[in-house]
Amino acid sequence: MSDKPEKFIDENGLRLDGRRIDEIRPMKMEIGVLSRADGSCYLEWGKNKVLAAVYGPRELHPRRLQKADSVLIRYRYNMAAFSVEDRIRPGPSRRSTEISKVSREAFEPVVLTHLYPGAVIDVFAEVLQADAGTRTAAINAASVALADAGIPMKGLISACAVGKVDGQLVLDLNKPEDNYGDADIPMALTSDGEITLLQMDGDVTQEEFKKAIEMCKEGCRQILEIQKETLKNKFTKLDEVDISDEDEDVDISTIVESTLEPSEDEETEDQDEGSDEYQDDGSAEEDENEDDSVSEDEEEDNEDDLIEDSEESIKRIDEDDPDDEEDDA
Amino acid sequence: MEREIVIPGQFLSDNKNDSGPGTYVKDGKVYSLLYGVKNAKNKISVIPFSGKYIPSPRDYVIGTVIEITPSNWIFDIGSPYDGLLHVSEYPRRVEQDKMAELMDFGSSALLRVKDVNSSMKVELTMKERGLRALKVGRVIEVTPAKVPRIIGHGGSMVSMLKKETDCDIFVGQNGRIWIRGKDGKMDLLTEAIKLIMKHSHTSGLTDRISQFLENGIDVVSEKDETVLENDLAEDTEDESEIQEDTYRKVDALLDDDN
Repeated sequence: MSDKPEKFIDENGLRLDGRRIDEIRPMKMEIGVLSRADGSCYLEWGKNKVLAAVYGPRELHPRRLQKADSVLIRYRYNMAAFSVEDRIRPGPSRRSTEISKVSREAFEPVVLTHLYPGAVIDVFAEVLQADAGTRTAAINAASVALADAGIPMKGLISACAVGKVDGQLVLDLNKPEDNYGDADIPMALTSDGEITLLQMDGDVTQEEFKKAIEMCKEGCRQILEIQKETLKNKFTKLDEVDISDEDEDVDISTIVESTLEPSEDEETEDQDEGSDEYQDDGSAEEDENEDDSVSEDEEEDNEDDLIEDSEESIKRIDEDDPDDEEDDA
Repeated sequence: MEREIVIPGQFLSDNKNDSGPGTYVKDGKVYSLLYGVKNAKNKISVIPFSGKYIPSPRDYVIGTVIEITPSNWIFDIGSPYDGLLHVSEYPRRVEQDKMAELMDFGSSALLRVKDVNSSMKVELTMKERGLRALKVGRVIEVTPAKVPRIIGHGGSMVSMLKKETDCDIFVGQNGRIWIRGKDGKMDLLTEAIKLIMKHSHTSGLTDRISQFLENGIDVVSEKDETVLENDLAEDTEDESEIQEDTYRKVDALLDDDN
């Protein structure tokens, strides 16, 4: 308690780090920082440094954890041993287990879990450098990482804390305010302003609590803007975007199918036992489909070529064909 | 305004009838579910930048055998869910003890999704034209969301790639691409596909990739650019072209053999 400051807010209404009481610390984000993860985000918020990675949806093992009708979200909040001045013991602790649980629950309402039954989405939030408010920082980063991973969500989650120092409510506590303040209320909100995480350490009056929620909503709104900005700036050159001319009306199957057929011309040359059979299948369809009959003719042409040049393939074709007919019959 | 980057939860429209894939309706208004690009033709849809392949019936996929059970091959299809190929879905009758001879662990195959049930049990089939086990060539993996880009408008990109590199290409909807050709050409094609992935969000990609391929190799000097343009203009290749193409491929193959 020796380094507790005498006053948290000076006569000008500014806090120890020069912020106003309703001001958040400067925030910086970058997405797609990890190449092996499906989605990732690196966030710096004041002196906090957090790295979030999202993997999945992917197969869930052990299978007994699988949920038959929805995807399981696993969230791991972890502080690196070197993230604070005194080295903390690595591995899960009572605190990190609790934060992991509440953070996971903060995301469950927005992720469309029913789309991936039996699968899992893993979210890892690693705190590399901690300076108060790491759980909210981790949630902000994880939210953007989930979007980066292409996970369907009803909206982004933004999180922020309100605390009480010197009898006054302040937004986004820093380290001394967190350590020596009277209250700390972290909160996570959806983009609609619905609260998905709310914790409180210390105590405030009912009026203060209502005011705290309002302050938090304003803070989260600002954070949401930063998150939006981060996502939209990934493709800045997109002004002249012309993403995929094919709209959803075009059945990709049919297009893929069209890519499939020319490759069949090669079938005769593949010289593996499977290939000749498709010709038989094809000739069965010949009457139904004119295009098929055209390609059949070509395949026959190919055969002629091969027969001229390669005696091996003659034998193979001759040998295989009768067998195949038997099989088909 | 027709195309823009959207993020999850972003408001898209007041008319709930506009809701297409990648969007959801709340209180009669349409919002985005995904981080991607908004496409406002007819209905509003959002095409994601990334995401895993989720199997749906009639999709063409490329799978790799990860397990063989007495009656099924189990395939990894690059999705959270494995695919099952029952022996009866193999083009011909197979004895149980011969299964591993046809396709062993690690073998790849062109397959089609036959059915997906509500618990995401994926049934595959090989009983269709062109589907087969893959014994030659290479398989490249890309983001499934970008598969339409590889195929191009009406298949223009794929046919251009085929022509320019003399490779066979099969694009699976699960983001796996099988290619076969001469080693050098396959290397080049792999580079070209990487390039498509990197610039997938920009316009005029087919032309630029075509240029890349032409400048990258001298061997395709026989390629006449105007012919290529014509090919791209028409989505369907006409018969004479196919024939030329096949003859060329046959020649190439025979060269290889000698």
